Amino acid sequence: MDAKDVILGNYIKELAKEGKREDSRGSMDFRDLKISRGVIDHAEGSAQADLGATKVLAGVKLVPEEAYEDTPDQGNLVVSAELLPLAAAEYETGPPSPEAIELGRVVDRAIRAGNCIDLKSLLLEEGKAWTVYVDVYVLNFDGNLFDASVIAAMSAILDAKVPEYADGKADYTKREKKLKVDNVISSTTFAKIGNAILLDPTGNEELGMDARLTISTDGKMIRAMQKGLGGSFSVDEVESLIAESLKKHSHMEKKIRG
Amino acid sequence: MGSSSNKPQLIVDGKRLDGRDFNELRSLKIEAGILANANGSAYLEWGNNKVLAAVYGPKEATPRHLADTSKAIIKCRYSMAPFSSMGDHGRSGPNRRAIEISKVTKEVFENVVMLEEFPGSEIEIFIEILQSDGGTRAAGITAAAVALANAGIHVKDMVYAVSAGRIDEHVVIDVNMIEDNYSDADMPVAISPKDNSVLLLQMDGGFTKEQFSEAMKMILESGKVISKVQRTALERLYENAEKGA
Repeated sequence: MDAKDVILGNYIKELAKEGKREDSRGSMDFRDLKISRGVIDHAEGSAQADLGATKVLAGVKLVPEEAYEDTPDQGNLVVSAELLPLAAAEYETGPPSPEAIELGRVVDRAIRAGNCIDLKSLLLEEGKAWTVYVDVYVLNFDGNLFDASVIAAMSAILDAKVPEYADGKADYTKREKKLKVDNVISSTTFAKIGNAILLDPTGNEELGMDARLTISTDGKMIRAMQKGLGGSFSVDEVESLIAESLKKHSHMEKKIRG
Repeated sequence: MGSSSNKPQLIVDGKRLDGRDFNELRSLKIEAGILANANGSAYLEWGNNKVLAAVYGPKEATPRHLADTSKAIIKCRYSMAPFSSMGDHGRSGPNRRAIEISKVTKEVFENVVMLEEFPGSEIEIFIEILQSDGGTRAAGITAAAVALANAGIHVKDMVYAVSAGRIDEHVVIDVNMIEDNYSDADMPVAISPKDNSVLLLQMDGGFTKEQFSEAMKMILESGKVISKVQRTALERLYENAEKGA
């Protein structure tokens, strides 16, 4: 963190003490969310989520592969995330950072534990099934990559169509059938700044953030959680944030479904 | 969290496969100060988990650009031995899972270590899983907390970690490998016992709001037992040292 970031972080902390945010939002408000679907024709499914100035593109590809030995009757799901070097001055080329790996794994667990895709519908023949690759591309960073990535990934999955399959090969020119989606999850990420807790932190707010909690839900159950950074939450705080996350779900699900 | 196909019966007559009650921990043993070269160390056996933790430092932070002039930095490496699992030979080197666990473990200790006492320094925490049977990140954190205390590094609290889960409609504590493979939820948590603040929280599967609260209660209750084993390990070490003197 350079000097400018420290000053900005302190400014955010002072604002939070007074119950304020830099963009005058309420503590439990999301920024404006815009979802664009089908932005990459070559992908089986795609969506870009713009959450404030944070921009995340997710693409879905389906590839016929061997079914995993321990799940021979279903398809595979592979989710990963990349912090592109063009998305922020701090992001560099090279092997994925721990932050990128954490992001990819948290989105993976949310989609997987949410039973979003009917993996059983992806079996092609004995021992062979579609592998669904969901690649999350961070295009511009302005905080809260977790929610923007889950929203983009979920929207891209809902957008995806399954290619035809004949003679052991996929025909990517023929894609009519929708990928079978059983469950839609949403995600809420909270930043703890001093004693304040704010939904959907901006990049500046993340500079002042002591701890972070991401909760994804299908509206009935919590499907995945991840706490991050050196700060802490009380058990009461976690319980009230779970309630907030469940409350936000139906509105977010509508937006994701489009 | 594994596939639910071919799910074995994990609960028979109100008991778990290894005979435990829902709120019962596996046996836990910790020995402190077992590696001569490290500034602090601990060996832990928790059920069939066998874990070594060692702490080096505080020492000059390297490479220098990582140094923070206002406080020490923590480096953490969680690693599983290639022979630690039943079945497959694990690939050597850190995989994506290990990198994520190393990151969240580091964040746990950033909360409690008095980092401002050692500006420009680094404290290295190494966690080696020699044998794994579910709940290894919790076991690693619990062992590393003892190793840090053994290193004489000032901490605000001795943290512990344990995993809660759900099998069918039952919330259970200290999930082992076979339960983890087929469970309906898994939630490793690290707690600072002085105020029960939550330092690590990960979860996947499915919990209702009520099941989460029940799991948290179980974690805080079992934490009393875990904390006692941690303290006893340190007390035993210093009692032995006095006898030797």
